[in-house]
Amino acid sequence: MTTVADLPRVEPNFLGAQTSVRSWLLSTDHKRIGILYFVATTLALGLGGLFALLLRIEHLTPEKTIMEAMTYNRLFTLHGITMVWLFMIPSIPAAFGNFLLPLQLGATEVAFPRLNLLSFWIYVLGAGVVLFSLWLGGVDTGWTYYAPYSSRSPSAVVPALVGIFIVGWSTILTGINFIVSVHTLRARGLSWMRVPLFSWTIYATSIIQVLATPVLGFSLLVVMLDHAFAWGLFDPAQGGDPVLYQHLFWFYSHPAVYIMILPAMGVVSEVVSTFAHKNPYSYKALVYSTLGIAFVGFLTWGHHMFVAGMSVFDAGAFGVLSMLVAIFSAIKVFGWVATLRRGSISVKAPLLYVFGFLFLFIFGGMSGVAVAAMSLDVHWHDTYFVVAHFHFVMVGGTLTAWLAALHYWFPKVTGKLYSERWAAVASALVILGFFGTFLPQFLLGNAGMPRRYYNYAPHYQALNVASTLGSWALGSGLLMTLGYLLHALVRGPSSGANPWLSRSFEWRTASPPPERNFEQPLDLGLDAYDYTAGFSDAERRP
Amino acid sequence: MLDWFRRLFALPPGASSFADGVDRLHLFLVASTLFGSLLVALTVAFTVARQREREPGQPTPRLVASGAREALIVAGCLSLFLSWWVLGCRQYVRMRRPPAGTVPVYVTAKQWMWKFSYPDGRSSLDELTVVVNRPVQLIMTSRDVIHSFFVPAFRSKQDALPGRYVSLWFEPTRVGEYPIECAEYCGVSHSNMLGRVRVLSAQDYATWLESEGSSRDSLPKLAELGREAAVRHSCFSCHTVDGQSHIGPTWQGLFGASVALTSGERVTADAGYLTRAMIDPAAEIVAGYPAVMPSYVGSLSPPEVAAILEYIRSLAASSAMPSVALPRTRLASPLATDAPPATAAQAAP
Repeated sequence: MTTVADLPRVEPNFLGAQTSVRSWLLSTDHKRIGILYFVATTLALGLGGLFALLLRIEHLTPEKTIMEAMTYNRLFTLHGITMVWLFMIPSIPAAFGNFLLPLQLGATEVAFPRLNLLSFWIYVLGAGVVLFSLWLGGVDTGWTYYAPYSSRSPSAVVPALVGIFIVGWSTILTGINFIVSVHTLRARGLSWMRVPLFSWTIYATSIIQVLATPVLGFSLLVVMLDHAFAWGLFDPAQGGDPVLYQHLFWFYSHPAVYIMILPAMGVVSEVVSTFAHKNPYSYKALVYSTLGIAFVGFLTWGHHMFVAGMSVFDAGAFGVLSMLVAIFSAIKVFGWVATLRRGSISVKAPLLYVFGFLFLFIFGGMSGVAVAAMSLDVHWHDTYFVVAHFHFVMVGGTLTAWLAALHYWFPKVTGKLYSERWAAVASALVILGFFGTFLPQFLLGNAGMPRRYYNYAPHYQALNVASTLGSWALGSGLLMTLGYLLHALVRGPSSGANPWLSRSFEWRTASPPPERNFEQPLDLGLDAYDYTAGFSDAERRP
Repeated sequence: MLDWFRRLFALPPGASSFADGVDRLHLFLVASTLFGSLLVALTVAFTVARQREREPGQPTPRLVASGAREALIVAGCLSLFLSWWVLGCRQYVRMRRPPAGTVPVYVTAKQWMWKFSYPDGRSSLDELTVVVNRPVQLIMTSRDVIHSFFVPAFRSKQDALPGRYVSLWFEPTRVGEYPIECAEYCGVSHSNMLGRVRVLSAQDYATWLESEGSSRDSLPKLAELGREAAVRHSCFSCHTVDGQSHIGPTWQGLFGASVALTSGERVTADAGYLTRAMIDPAAEIVAGYPAVMPSYVGSLSPPEVAAILEYIRSLAASSAMPSVALPRTRLASPLATDAPPATAAQAAP
């Protein structure tokens, strides 16, 4: 017979500990900051998605459908800025990374909790300034701000750049915070080669953030000076060099692609292992390929400039280095597939999204290698083929992995379960809608339709209409997801501590976790991916 | 096979000497991508079907990849990707190296039109007329922002940059009309910056030239315009056109020649180098000459630059002996070398 004293002391979880608005907005708890980031980045996703749907509607007809050319140019620019800097870059690292990194390290906090809160509010400030530029009429340069057009564009270039510049600070501070956390806050006994794979990718991502973002910062600063004060550093009319701008921009923006995709790969590693109840086929290969991508990613930026007038030798070198990144990605794909072998696979919503990810990422990745095969890039450069390629990686890859992460960790964060049936329907809609939207764009690029075209030749129309129809399916899949998750948040059944029977460290505490993350210090007796012992009856019961 | 592939993948007809090679590489890429994705999809489907969870929480064996298997996968992928790169790189090098004897056309892009100037003095807007099976070299610049010259049917594209001249060559292989599109975003009417290439048979081209004849004969040749521009901008104060060395290198036989620079490097004096020399002369000084040339940024207009280039090009072939000896000049500039300036060819190691 147990007495009250024998029962574990029930601490309030982090959601229930304090409920005032102030306790959320000024919280230094990494879990709450993660949720704040999640809400903010999801709003950005909604906004960027709305822009995308409007752009697709405009393309239903070759000429004007619903908007003027200037509006169209501003919308595609804002779609890019919102999706890249306000959604994609902070989405997984700052939202899920914040929530999970300390849990996966067996820590109670990130290294600098107050800095963490500051990073969030800097992000909000930057996002606010970007949206303020929208109110001033918006920018029409494309998210790439190519000089010298950006020095002369008759639109609100400076406010939008100031906004991105501010968001950059948030990215750098978050990166520093996470790097220090991984180095100093790992639980006793948690050696580097036992760190969960998601944390590894967050670590590698943080390094890229800290090294690359300053380059973006000062490049954009110079564009601002060119635009506001006619400094002309990138304007040949004043002796400047526009190709220098492209080098600087892509020196950041190519690694930025890995800021967006590496955490997604981390999510996939976790989900595959958890739902196959199986150790990763090669943990080391997944870790080293993560670091390899982070490093080689810095050496490939020139493949964005094959037709910008670079020398044949440079082009060849950038081409062959780009192949190396692809090798690391291919290793990961084989690693994930092999992890399923002899597992005990429970096909739940997160795994469905991961299957979608695998298939879409292969297309996205291989088309990426294809555009690095130099002669073909000459034809594809700046056409819809490139648009389709990076949407396959960024949406088919990162957004799909973000949805997998959302479904995988939803019970961890809220302690609630959502409807598996609705989730399956929505995932099918999202993945098929995605194919419908972007497969036609590969063909449009083959046919020669350049990107950022307001008007297009009539023979491109059929494929454009197909793409627009696909975007509606994708959009409704995402709205449906929002619906059933909100419903689950309010009405969902309790999930128990470990509904997926995962061995990963974040599942070895209550769901939602207590304020200080762990009631007892994290037990590291079993590795994060050790499924050889099976689960006891007590663990199986919610 | 290639026609079938083009129809299925929405590719335009192949109308240049690059098109077939590029499309064949494309087919190879598509085939290996489909094979890879199908392989993964089937493996996943098969594994999931066989390994469905029988009882929640059942133990699974610990399997770890052997180093040999990992090496095999890396080697397999690497050889596939490298074969793509080798094929693509070879084609790219070919695209970037114009063959001897190409016909030059000077292209000036501006918001939002394409201007083509031919050596015989004609010029046209948004319409380029060329002969089938004869390589053409476009020497391109922009007057304002970056544009990109794109002819999908030729699988050919090159950015036109303000402040520098880059070249693009192609050899049309099929008579017809093909759209030109601007591929680099350049402002509100970007999608209206269109044109067309007319590829004519040799016969039709001759007929067309004749029909243009009356107006053509009255036009000054582009090289002549270039000579006039060179006079206006006092180029002949320092450069000769008869092979003699003066303060700067002679223009005779300069175009396409390999010249040694003070840095020890050698460059080919092509359109790109000659334009850089007008815009930023101090950067690449020919060995043996003083760095006294001022920058012509802002004072030479793009059409003048194109005309001067064409003039220098027209001097490439002529090998007339100098008829008069120029007096040796000593410069007041401290940068002037004491040794008499050597010609580019003599300065070579």
